Amino acid sequence: MNNSILTAAADFGFGDAAVTAVFGYAVVFCGLILLMTVLYIMAAIFKSSAAKKKAAEDAEKAAAAKEQAKAQETEKKPEAPLAPGSAGHVKLYDVPDKEAAMIMAIVAYKMQKPLNELHFISIKEVK
Amino acid sequence: MDILETLQKLANESGFIGFFHDGGYKNLFMICISCFLLWLGIKKKFEPLLLVGIAFGMLLVNVSNFYIDDVSSANALYHPELWDAFLDKNSEFYHSYGHIMSNGGFLDILYIGVKTGLYPSLIFLGVGAMTDFGPLLANPKSLLLGAAAQLGVFLAFFGAVMLGFSGPEAASIGIIGGADGPTAIYLTGKLAPNLLGPIAIAAYSYMALIPAIQPPLMKLLTTKKEREVKMEMSREVSKKEKILFPIIVTLFVILLLPSTAPLIGCLMLGNLWKECGVTARLSDTVQNALMNIVTVFLGISVGATTVAANFLTLRTLFIVILGVIAFGFSTVGGLLVGKLMYKLSGGKINPLIGSAGVSAVPMAARVSQVEGQKANPTNFLLMHAMGPNVAGVIGSALAAGFLLAVFG
Repeated sequence: MNNSILTAAADFGFGDAAVTAVFGYAVVFCGLILLMTVLYIMAAIFKSSAAKKKAAEDAEKAAAAKEQAKAQETEKKPEAPLAPGSAGHVKLYDVPDKEAAMIMAIVAYKMQKPLNELHFISIKEVK
Repeated sequence: MDILETLQKLANESGFIGFFHDGGYKNLFMICISCFLLWLGIKKKFEPLLLVGIAFGMLLVNVSNFYIDDVSSANALYHPELWDAFLDKNSEFYHSYGHIMSNGGFLDILYIGVKTGLYPSLIFLGVGAMTDFGPLLANPKSLLLGAAAQLGVFLAFFGAVMLGFSGPEAASIGIIGGADGPTAIYLTGKLAPNLLGPIAIAAYSYMALIPAIQPPLMKLLTTKKEREVKMEMSREVSKKEKILFPIIVTLFVILLLPSTAPLIGCLMLGNLWKECGVTARLSDTVQNALMNIVTVFLGISVGATTVAANFLTLRTLFIVILGVIAFGFSTVGGLLVGKLMYKLSGGKINPLIGSAGVSAVPMAARVSQVEGQKANPTNFLLMHAMGPNVAGVIGSALAAGFLLAVFG
């Protein structure tokens, strides 16, 4: 080998070396840029599938919560304790409390019966 | 028994007499160098796992072999002339491992693992099993920093050609800039085995010196404001992604550059064993037991190539100088692209993580962390720097694959 500085080896000139160095660096860059692209695509696929999975899970949870709420609604509520002397509860359909009380008082008066001896099941406005 | 004759025979065979032969002083000089390297490895903890083995191999070969008239001593553990014949196309022993096995010393036998590229590949198996590619998957842009930090490889290659080295020798010297010991040994073993000793020693010494080489360049090329940047937390990477990654890299990189197959293949197999979750025993074995066994063989057999007659030349000095240039420019390449990413991201990326693109896992990432914390004590860059750091391992394997494809 020739050790003198600035003297290229016989088998490899400066021009070749420069081209090889630049080309080599470019190949490494291109290779890793392509790999980066592949990794971004992979990440995007995973993110979208994770998002879909999460959306499906959320929808499932929401549906379950809705069903549960509905079931709770339909479930019979425990009855509040009755007032002393009361004949039970009355269901009101589109009738305010005050009007219902007035109606019950009128009915008791017309029937000549004390109010606590009557059992009103429901009061409904007929439209 | 003739006592005088026996004493004379013992004296003639003695290594002490060897020092007085022509060139014997070189062995003495190499013994001093090996003791210095042992001191560096043991006292200064410079890559001790490999440097202690390399230094002791150097000591062993120069104590046992007084290479006189191009022929090794009778008790030599390593025989350069056997390997010269192995590489000489005109020799009847060209590529004859049988000749090495039947005539070589025990270091010749161990050296076969270097020559065939076995040890570096097995080391990569362990490295793969120890590496978490999660930070790279969380931020694939890190690959750009890993690519940029190969700048020193190609600049040192060009410099070596200018200094008169042949193409394959220059390629082997350039790869020191990849800051990846197994890759440097693999490529040199294939392209320029005559330079293996100085290149391996330069590569491992500079890797150990990263905390001294990189910080001045980091401070020179970045402003305090840039170094203070706190980076946002990366996204969490799923287990499936981590399992798919080694398979994708193997397919993609090896198809692109088939000459990278031994290194990338082993690196990714080790990583797959780590991540797949069903081969914990294998993962444990390659990152501990196998890695340690191969390190024993690799260190001592690389040290064995440092025969005084081959090592003490002007070329070794050039390699040492080119090695530090390669390291420096690789750091610069990473930092410059780091700065570019800082600008393009609107100041969200700390350019200090660019210097970690030189491989040397995890030392270079630690240096980024330390420098980042010096600028801003609340900064935590380690995991962000691990991305470019592991990208650098793939980048240097790609650079080696390219050089092997050109000169192999």
